[in-house]
Amino acid sequence: MFSCSELNSTQENNINQKQARQTVVASKDLPFEATTEMVTILGGEYIPLYGRDSIRVHVNDLLMDVYPVTNENFAAFVKKNRRWGKSQIKKIFADDNYLMHWQNDTTLGISMNQQSPVTNVSWYAAKAYCECQGKRMPTVDEWEYVAMADQESADARKKGPYNQYILDWYERPKTFVNPVGKTFQNYWGVYDLHGLVWEWTSDFSSTLLTGESRNDVSSDKNLFCGDGSLKASDLMNYAAFLRYAFRSSVRANYGVQNLGFRCVKDLQQNEKE
Amino acid sequence: MKKNNYIAVFIAFAILVAADSCTLKESREHNSAQDASSQTAISDESIFNLTEDWHTQNNDSIKLVDLQGKVLVVVMIYTSCKVACPRLVADMRDIESKISKDNLSELNFVLVSIDPEVDNPARLKAFAIENQMDANHWTFLQGTTSGVQEFANVLAVKYKQIAPMDFSHSNIISVFNRQGVLVHQQEGLGVNNKETIDTILQTLKSS
Repeated sequence: MFSCSELNSTQENNINQKQARQTVVASKDLPFEATTEMVTILGGEYIPLYGRDSIRVHVNDLLMDVYPVTNENFAAFVKKNRRWGKSQIKKIFADDNYLMHWQNDTTLGISMNQQSPVTNVSWYAAKAYCECQGKRMPTVDEWEYVAMADQESADARKKGPYNQYILDWYERPKTFVNPVGKTFQNYWGVYDLHGLVWEWTSDFSSTLLTGESRNDVSSDKNLFCGDGSLKASDLMNYAAFLRYAFRSSVRANYGVQNLGFRCVKDLQQNEKE
Repeated sequence: MKKNNYIAVFIAFAILVAADSCTLKESREHNSAQDASSQTAISDESIFNLTEDWHTQNNDSIKLVDLQGKVLVVVMIYTSCKVACPRLVADMRDIESKISKDNLSELNFVLVSIDPEVDNPARLKAFAIENQMDANHWTFLQGTTSGVQEFANVLAVKYKQIAPMDFSHSNIISVFNRQGVLVHQQEGLGVNNKETIDTILQTLKSS
């Protein structure tokens, strides 16, 4: 793949530019083989911990991957789309941690498990992976909505054991080396939202902005000062607070060893039956 | 693949496609290809690596790479915004007013909407005219939801929809060199623009 953008720089004529680009640039990623189960999530309303000033948030029906994207899945993606390999990736899309334990662009590290969730991937790479499959990353609201569930109920946030499970996990080191599908299957049929890795969301960077903020500094203050925590609609949901805090602490090019992702898809009318 | 190979392939390809839709500018392409070989390839850190599609206020369909060649001054706004954006827009116009006419032709002031559902090209065009930002050096962009998110992440601009017509967002004006690499960011509203203007003038000279 290459780009004709060098050529564009000296062009004046817009129409010509566009034609050249469309002819020459193969900018979109190619499909790849990966079997991924998805389950239907019926949408609804809920009050998130943070966000829109405790306004009820509506989540539409959607399909969600049952498991986080595995190392094996991601290697299949990179094999078809070499620009996302660790040696090829542009600096703007990833920091030095990107796939840092892989031996090379397509080979995992010796001690790595094919079925473990891929981590040390940037938001950009996750976005490209999902789009390549005709999917997208979930929004924070969507992810949190599905993750409210325990085995039996769609909203388990008031249950002690649910919160305890999550907090216990947060204290357990290195769960990211475990294979997917070994934690509990929740009400919707989704695995590993808690207990394995943290997950990217499409709008992670919007976390905790409420009201018209004047700049980044004050919005970050909202998180760490009393003002932010008082707005929490559920002060007991400390586990969720940690997730929101984590989201606001990362940038899209970061690779983090316990941060993976999964994809979702809008549920089309004809898929609803 | 090394850069030279890219260019070799590119030139070969340019000849191949000359009969196709590139025919229109076949003759000019030759010159451009030579210019291209003396230029550096797109930097790893360039926003021109982003591949999402955008529409301008004139309803042209572009990619960011089409903005290559000029120094870019970029801000993210939305046209229905009542509080911060008018001041951000004022900051952009203030910067613009302090640049000489000669330099303006080498600059592109780009306003990217964070509300792509509402801010269609027609609306952006009307906003441009209303705010006397209709000259050639102003570009307004409507993207896709994911394209806007991606671009905001590159700029480290945070935004969130807090009501159907209202967003909260951070106020950042960013300067990119001709290769699309970020060289300066100014944060806050109504701040002293001097450093930003100095950076723009320097960037114009150095690239």
